[in-house]
Amino acid sequence: MASEKKKLRVATTSLAGCFGCHMSLLDIDERLLELLKLVEFDRSPLTDIKHCGPCDLGIIEGGLCNAENVHVLREFRKSCKVLVAMGACAVNGGLPAQRNHLDIRDCLQTVYMTGTGIRRGFIPNDPELPLPLDRVHPLHDVVKIDYFLPGCPPPADAIWHFLNDLLAGRTPTLGHGLIHYD
Amino acid sequence: MAGAEKPMFAMDGNDVPFEPGQTILQAALAAGRYVPHLCFHPEFKPHGSCKLCTVKINGRTVASCTTLAKQGDEVESETPEIQDLRRNLVQFLFVEGNHFCPSCEKSGSCMLQAVAYDLGVMAEHFSPFFPSRPIDASHPDVLLDFNRCILCELCIRASAEVDGKNVFALSGRGAKKHLIVNAESGRLADTRLAVEDKAMDVCPVGVILRKRRGFQVPIGERKYDQHPIREVAVGKATARHASGKPSPQGPSKEGA
Repeated sequence: MASEKKKLRVATTSLAGCFGCHMSLLDIDERLLELLKLVEFDRSPLTDIKHCGPCDLGIIEGGLCNAENVHVLREFRKSCKVLVAMGACAVNGGLPAQRNHLDIRDCLQTVYMTGTGIRRGFIPNDPELPLPLDRVHPLHDVVKIDYFLPGCPPPADAIWHFLNDLLAGRTPTLGHGLIHYD
Repeated sequence: MAGAEKPMFAMDGNDVPFEPGQTILQAALAAGRYVPHLCFHPEFKPHGSCKLCTVKINGRTVASCTTLAKQGDEVESETPEIQDLRRNLVQFLFVEGNHFCPSCEKSGSCMLQAVAYDLGVMAEHFSPFFPSRPIDASHPDVLLDFNRCILCELCIRASAEVDGKNVFALSGRGAKKHLIVNAESGRLADTRLAVEDKAMDVCPVGVILRKRRGFQVPIGERKYDQHPIREVAVGKATARHASGKPSPQGPSKEGA
């Protein structure tokens, strides 16, 4: 806190994602130390803080597959000045959205009741479990997203480049080799 | 005409020479100037349907693939206005189909994806339709994944004009327009399509796929992973793949 320049406060989370984007963020390796000179982390899998305080930047991995995802996304939107959708799932639903042409009841029945090797199965219905949405949605279907960082996951170099643009106040751009949808 | 200077038009302030009868897109590509396009294929009659090659000539927007070059035309192509328009067209195509690049075996060789990279499309912007489009795996050697169809009609044109088989067609109107297989059963297995057909090699996206070939060239080493499409399209990219090996799909230009 004593440093001459106030650090930007950053929150991150993974919704309907696989944490691959967070792993890619960690793949910036020793540049993490450089990043930590510029930012401090609020709610994030890296800090285990459970709720988001006021932040300058929110980075969200994963799309929306259940009610809790929507709840967390809205908390981020309320708390963060700038919101970034990171990775294919956050940007367009990604792999989880491949269930979108299937009926959710059929899906659950196949997975929990009629699938191979299941006996006396039932669809989990504990009240603590968030209800699945009938379709998986990208983040921008529900809240305003300021910037998008595509990739599955985005390469570490793309994340680094993107964050540097953002922290320097530039509109992030990714040239050939950094912009990837796969 | 012998010895006469070639006629020229100007594109974004640069002189582009052309042969009489050439379209703006043909002349631009021949002169090494890239104009984004999807439904255009040099071996087929221009179709003018995707509109990605839209340019502005003397204040009017036209498809450059179907507009003949004229001496003295002032053509605007890579202006912020036209590039924004192209980005929107690409975003429409993405949300209208199911384009999940991470699970597509055409990723890296896909023109739609490569054009989107070139235009700097970071997201689809619009709300995705998530249409339901079952695949057709009936053919022993070919998989059809309709989720990725952008209605360029190149397979239809190749199958009709080159192969003489009429395997593909479009059906429906407006947002319901979709690619169909021309067989009573609707199944690809009940057509005369063969892997050697021209129709196998023209799909700009990942609809028509050879079975058992999907990942012979690894993700990351494919055509547009190696070179931006604006270099490939005007023949500036040299090696097709990092390995330097020819495409395992033989003469296929779009394969792997």
